[in-house]
Amino acid sequence: MGDTLGLLWYRIRKSPLTLAGLAVIILVLAVMASASALAPHDPNVVDLGQRLLPPSALHWFGTDEVGRDLFSRILYGSRQSVSVALFVVPVAGTLGSTIGCFSGSFGGRADALIMRLTDIMLSVPSLVLTMALAAALGPSLFNAMLAITVVRIPFYVRLARGQALVIRELNYAKASRAFGASHWHLVRWHVLKNALPPIIVQATLDVGGTILMAAALGFIGLGAQQPTAEWGAMVATGRNFILDQWWYSAFPGLAILITATGFNLFGDGLRDVLDPRQKAG
Amino acid sequence: MIIRRLLWLGLVVLGVSMITFVVSHLIPGDPARLIAGERATDEMVAGIRQHLGLDRPLYVQYWRYLSGLLHGDLGTSIRTSRPVLEDLKAFFPATLELATFALVLATLLGIPLGLLSAVYRNKTVDQVVRTLSVTGISTPAFWLGLLLIILFYAKLGVLPGGGRLPEGIDPPTRISGFYILDAMLTGNRPAMVESLKHILLPGFTLGFVHLGVVARQIRSAMLEQLHEDYVRTNRANGLPKWRVVIRHALPNALIPSVTVLGLAMGDLLYGAVLTETVFAWPGMGAYVVSSIQALDFPAVMGFAVVVSFAYVLLNLVVDLLYMVIDPRITEAG
Amino acid sequence: MAVLSIRDLSLEFPIYRGAVKALNGVTLEVGRREIVGVVGESGSGKSVTSMLAMRLLVEGSYVVTAGSVAMLGTDILAASERTMLGLRGSKVAMIFQEPMTALNPIRKVGDQMVEVIRLHRPMPAARARMEAVALLQDMHVADPEHILGTYPFELSGGMRQRVLLALAFSCQPELLIADEPTTALDVTVQRQVLLLMREKARQKNTAILFITHDMALVSQFCDRIYVMYAGSAVEDGPTAEVLAAPRHPYTRGLLNALPDRVPSRAVIEAIQGSVPDLTSLPRGCAFAGRCPLAMPACQQRPPSVSVDPAGRHHAACWAVPGNGSGA
Repeated sequence: MGDTLGLLWYRIRKSPLTLAGLAVIILVLAVMASASALAPHDPNVVDLGQRLLPPSALHWFGTDEVGRDLFSRILYGSRQSVSVALFVVPVAGTLGSTIGCFSGSFGGRADALIMRLTDIMLSVPSLVLTMALAAALGPSLFNAMLAITVVRIPFYVRLARGQALVIRELNYAKASRAFGASHWHLVRWHVLKNALPPIIVQATLDVGGTILMAAALGFIGLGAQQPTAEWGAMVATGRNFILDQWWYSAFPGLAILITATGFNLFGDGLRDVLDPRQKAG
Repeated sequence: MIIRRLLWLGLVVLGVSMITFVVSHLIPGDPARLIAGERATDEMVAGIRQHLGLDRPLYVQYWRYLSGLLHGDLGTSIRTSRPVLEDLKAFFPATLELATFALVLATLLGIPLGLLSAVYRNKTVDQVVRTLSVTGISTPAFWLGLLLIILFYAKLGVLPGGGRLPEGIDPPTRISGFYILDAMLTGNRPAMVESLKHILLPGFTLGFVHLGVVARQIRSAMLEQLHEDYVRTNRANGLPKWRVVIRHALPNALIPSVTVLGLAMGDLLYGAVLTETVFAWPGMGAYVVSSIQALDFPAVMGFAVVVSFAYVLLNLVVDLLYMVIDPRITEAG
Repeated sequence: MAVLSIRDLSLEFPIYRGAVKALNGVTLEVGRREIVGVVGESGSGKSVTSMLAMRLLVEGSYVVTAGSVAMLGTDILAASERTMLGLRGSKVAMIFQEPMTALNPIRKVGDQMVEVIRLHRPMPAARARMEAVALLQDMHVADPEHILGTYPFELSGGMRQRVLLALAFSCQPELLIADEPTTALDVTVQRQVLLLMREKARQKNTAILFITHDMALVSQFCDRIYVMYAGSAVEDGPTAEVLAAPRHPYTRGLLNALPDRVPSRAVIEAIQGSVPDLTSLPRGCAFAGRCPLAMPACQQRPPSVSVDPAGRHHAACWAVPGNGSGA
């Protein structure tokens, strides 16, 4: 097992892009954790005499329309955006995968029903459904998380179910059944173990997408509300000042871009590394 | 087989309408009061409620909505007071034009990039294209749009900052609803030039994201093909590498990619939502965002139903397309 | 001049923590008009040898640590891609194991044949089509016109292999490398394809390098054979001699395991042990661990090659008389 990890790490090391992604992820997580230590100013302190200042030595990214330091707000904003993803993906992933695994392994009418339901939910454009749901529930960070999670679950159900189906038909699973293994046993040992890698890869890739979705919700006013700093909302507010204070929208958006890119790069690299078809090394 | 798919289409629309119906009735608050406004009296609110049938039990409301759907009636927008279907019909061509432009851009650039990326796997080209692709799909479209506006409109002043046409220029005579096409067909030069100028930034914004999607799909499909035996055979027979890549591997790689490209079109249609908002592009996306912010649920539901319908229809078309382009697939398959 | 001359070739594939030593001092030669067989189990290096000879291995994935490869006088290891393009398909042809996947599935067979024909001999498309028909007829294909209009998936494995052979022979190559060409085919079809190959090779003065794991096939088909194990040729010589009087314990082991050669009621003996790990080959003879004749010398140094008095039958084994005990 240790050597498998070693092999994985070797492959990850060989890909500069994947490493870069990992570096970004670590950086972002570090910022999240130590925002209070890193931020030069209190992100919520209002100072109307310092409104809309351009970037300077005192305010690295300038100030917003009520004088708050944008750099500090961006640092703290990492907590909103990333925590949404860190909630949504594990929750939706676990729930969805479990349902999907069992559905695919056991088959039958329940499986058919679940599949139809999933397909229907996946036919609805996810962005619109998420926005509608978040709007219906009321604008707040938690409701945004809930909305994104609910809409994401069918995706994992289908993914896990697909894996379960494939594994169920593999020879060794059939052999297991021929030897009298119960369904439960089958799911626990074979299906979960083998379905896990693709699901994990998808989940990592999903983090980036969730961050973007959360930012999108923030942009239209759903999600974390003022005075909490949230990247999407900051870009939206900055839009009002875009002609003269371009930095207001530019920097929060850049933060979104960098964070999402980091997760996506790493997720991509992870997928390549875990691809069994690759030759050793 | 087609019959089954059409039935499925109907089922999906049903399901979608149910979902959006449920969601829209989650809103706390009283829709009747929303419509009536803050200063309405209780009587007026009650009157509106009765008029709209909001006092009936839920399943009755749903049934009324459903029967309306079957007649092509998507309800009336609370915000614009027009039938939702009318609203959508008015805004659809703008979205379609933008989406098509973006798709063409994404495909024209994405396919060659994906190709290069696969052939030169793990070399510099590959790393660059992959970084570009990943950056593309990690970019918040609304932010990119704003950035482009800052650069090309605010700072450089060479391109317009929003809308489909500037003040003072009328839309060309409507033939297809596509301004660029219509202007070309009617010889309306100023309209054509202006339409092009206006579509550049939003089109590029939307296209940039999907460039990444296309490039990655082509790369992945090409890598698979390059491992296939016929590539080895052709090279053993003496065909130069690039000939094999472009004339043999690429067509094979494009076949499974059709699905992705088709879906990308679907994504573009509804993903334009935020881009349209940023560029004040009068399309369905901008419409639905305003509707969401105004809690105009008939409009949101209508949009969801229409787009889901289009999405599933698109899937069907893609599958049919497969049957045409892949000689291995027959009707029975 | 030998058509193919490989001397002392060693090659490895670098991987995580080490390298797979796929070839370890392979010496192999194919003369004009010869049919030479290379027999060995999976992992013996036989396919790698042929792929390298055509320079079809993925550039950058392997390292040649020693030796030389010369084909029709050209130094293959140093050759540019352009040089190789001049050889592939015209002077040297290669066919592979899986005819099912060897052709582009979405283009008609005729189009693919015409493309290859016109590549090496520019001519109008119509003439190339006629040429394709003639080639198929030469391969004893009935109704070649019809075949040209079909897609690969509509044809049987044997038929596809005939198409590929037709293309292989289209430029009268000096050498045809056939890497397990019949393994994926039905037994009855196997024989047909092999006979066809031999007939055409004789007709067109083509040498064949025939790679297989099937001892029985080589006995009927090849003039000379090489036996490969763990990346080197452990024995070679005229087919009849090697089969009648094998000098290397591995060859003997292989032959003893052939059901045909075992007297009825006797037990079929399998070779003990298993193939060594190519990432960590032992210092001495690679077969020592499984060899019934192993001596101390075998663990210490790889055996030198001994030659029989006639000079044609070689074996790399310390236990062969005349090789010295290596003590």
